[in-house]
Amino acid sequence: MAQHGLSDRVAIVSMACTRFAEHFDRGADELAVDAVTDALDGTGLTRDDIDAYWLGTYVSGISGMALARPLRLVGKPVTRVENMCATGSEALRAAVYAVACGAVDVAMAVGVEKLKDTGYAGLISPKIQDDGTRVNTSAPANFSLLAPAYQQRYGVTPELFRAAMTHVAWKNHANGALNPRAQFRREVSRESIERSPAVAGQLGVMDCSGVADGAAAAIVTRAEDARRYTSRPLYIKALSLVTGDGSGAADPSYDYTSFPEVVECARAAYAQAGITDPRRQLALAEVHDCFTPTEIVLMEDLGFAGRGRAWRDILDGVFDRDGELPVNPDGGLKSFGHPVGASGLRMIYECWLQLRGEAGARQLATAHRGLALTQNLGGAPGDCVCFVSVVGSRPG
Amino acid sequence: MRPPAPQADQNQATGIVGYHAYLPAYRLRRGEIAAAIGASARGVRCVAGYDEDSTTLAVAAALPVVQGREPTVGSVWFATTDPVYADKTNATAVHAALDLQPGILAADLGATVRSGIVALLAAARDGGLAVLADRRGGPVGGTDEREGADAAAAFLFGERDPLARIVGTASVTAEFIDRWRAPGAPDGGTWEERFGEQRYAELAGQLLARLSDGGVELGGVRRFAVAGMNARAVRRVAGTVQEATGAKLEGGDLAGIVGNAGAAQAGLALADLLDAAGAGETLLLISLADGADALVLRTTGAITQGRREPLRAQVDRGVTIGYPQYLLWRERITADRPRRPDPDRPSAPYAWRNRPYKLSMTGGRCRTCGAVQFPRPRVCYQCHTADEFEPVSAAGQTARIVTFTVDRLAFSLSPPLVSAIVAVERGGRLQCELTDVREPLAVGDEVVPTFRRGATVGGIRNYIWKARPVYRAAPAVPASAGAERES
Repeated sequence: MAQHGLSDRVAIVSMACTRFAEHFDRGADELAVDAVTDALDGTGLTRDDIDAYWLGTYVSGISGMALARPLRLVGKPVTRVENMCATGSEALRAAVYAVACGAVDVAMAVGVEKLKDTGYAGLISPKIQDDGTRVNTSAPANFSLLAPAYQQRYGVTPELFRAAMTHVAWKNHANGALNPRAQFRREVSRESIERSPAVAGQLGVMDCSGVADGAAAAIVTRAEDARRYTSRPLYIKALSLVTGDGSGAADPSYDYTSFPEVVECARAAYAQAGITDPRRQLALAEVHDCFTPTEIVLMEDLGFAGRGRAWRDILDGVFDRDGELPVNPDGGLKSFGHPVGASGLRMIYECWLQLRGEAGARQLATAHRGLALTQNLGGAPGDCVCFVSVVGSRPG
Repeated sequence: MRPPAPQADQNQATGIVGYHAYLPAYRLRRGEIAAAIGASARGVRCVAGYDEDSTTLAVAAALPVVQGREPTVGSVWFATTDPVYADKTNATAVHAALDLQPGILAADLGATVRSGIVALLAAARDGGLAVLADRRGGPVGGTDEREGADAAAAFLFGERDPLARIVGTASVTAEFIDRWRAPGAPDGGTWEERFGEQRYAELAGQLLARLSDGGVELGGVRRFAVAGMNARAVRRVAGTVQEATGAKLEGGDLAGIVGNAGAAQAGLALADLLDAAGAGETLLLISLADGADALVLRTTGAITQGRREPLRAQVDRGVTIGYPQYLLWRERITADRPRRPDPDRPSAPYAWRNRPYKLSMTGGRCRTCGAVQFPRPRVCYQCHTADEFEPVSAAGQTARIVTFTVDRLAFSLSPPLVSAIVAVERGGRLQCELTDVREPLAVGDEVVPTFRRGATVGGIRNYIWKARPVYRAAPAVPASAGAERES
């Protein structure tokens, strides 16, 4: 048995993304209506023309009614999906599969998250009733385990690793400063990144992504129908999901310097898309920079850098906006915050803009390569869910 | 009317087969407490960590005593003046954490100071485990708060190879008002100390007479100790006993260097007696609480091998905390709360299903591939065999830190929350909280599992196993080194 790629059978024909921000004046319903309305705009499609909807939301709604109710979708199949930080990407995955298998002609994926109604610091996860034995660590604490492990394994000094972490934060904020949809639109100096208050382990506040509200949406059709709705569709080249078995903490062979789920997920995605040299074939990559050490490790797990080399490549500017492979040119989670259900589709939205030449001040010189990658990571090192997609501007 | 002489109980165990006293890691200068109300005081008291209560202190004292002897434990008698629960038995959590068989009795003895010696007398009768654990406080800045202590001691009685044989016991009971407290109230009251002193002096006289009538040769007592909450009475009775027996008083300084641990004080006094004793000595323990009770023992040749870390070795190993820290830990004052959700109430059915892991840190070793995992899963992560595990507990083993982090965002009763992935000595890795961390941590540091309390939500106290770093005492400078320096 094997997984099979979609071989350009499905295309994205329209996308929308709200500004990601502390939308104290807008609820999840309003953000969803905005994203869906903007996605329909200019396509000639109405909400009734969409045959099926998938809503990705982590904590902001239960069931498909969380979308059907605010949009008054009548008689439609609407499904809510959740898969931690891959939630928005799961909505896309479901919509694409529905079209690919012929069940529907047109489907929409919507990702929505409203985080700023809780009043809490950081990301709040839904809790499953348990007996209190699970160690209640925060997300930054979980990901902070990467830093000392990586330094020890590869003999990188804390100072050099710190410099690489700082570069990731600096780069992503510099990119976000050019993005009107980002939560934070300011460059941040290296000094203020390194002086930010401690959160967990070696991580300071500026090593962490922010907390924001936001929504994004994508409309997908069969590839052969795509040009009815847009002259420049994006083709789905690969969709890959790997769900970890949670054995990292128990397994002595796991050393907290990698995400095995990402390695496997990327391998499957590259096989589907026919990618053999991602660093040179991809125009850009939107990856899950929830914390700065995560992005460092992801560069290796995604095959963009050799083992133990990512920190050096990062410092050398390989993944800067004008580098060999721009990573998070839209500003990433660092600039956008992480409204969980929306983030996966927000990443695809940057690919949509870049590969169509619509990214304005952020437009990349590498866009002509025609392929872009998005990646999400939910959970913690040793216990996570990973999603990777490859989209392209040209049918295969 | 002279009461009948005590008689040897037919069921009485031969003696004590193991014991251990546990002092928590923290010390508080009494002067700092007294200064809060413009007074002064000397000495130091012993303080439990924020995640320790009478139940966890009991487990800390009992675990090294019971380990490897679980099948021989005949009962569990738990004494404290600071029980976590009313209505619900507290000894059952101790029983569970020690991984004892269901078929033995585990009972609380009521929130009284006398329950300490009563636990010893009860366990002496049925080959049981006496666990005496207490957390003592009192009105802010006052004498009880200054002179109290948090500590525990455990004694296992049995037939085989005792360290000390039971020679005799005696009790006298009297109802009078010396010290009292409403159930559950943090602070109690005491009558003028001299009143109780007089009562206890009389009662001790009666007690010695009963021992003598029961055949105990008081002149043969080599060492003795007196425990009680009334300090004047303890001093006076110590003088009387010394005169009557010519024995050496042990532990007279414990109240000054550790404090008075309430229901556990008799346990500290007995542990200190046993620590000091050589083979073939007769020891007398007297408790003064709502009467007077005595336990007379005679040490055997096994006394020197059966010792664990002596009480006195733990006295100087503490970390000094400030008074505000103490008040926060005791929830006498309220700390600023982080903007994070409060922990949820632990589910009773979930905790019941997961009790091997939750309460005795037991996981499973895969019978097919040998991989150890905590808690025991249905399917082995390594070979994927289902439901083929034998139980294995990490409690009592050592472990080493694989990686760790200091979490300033997560909820903790005493932030920051420190957690680690630890590799257990005889297999398996798990994530747990670290506690009693005194020095910067490093990968590879040795830790030991320790039973602690988490948050209390809806009145339910969440018990969990954490790990604490092992801090070994600096090796003593060899005598020769000093000699060389002098020459």
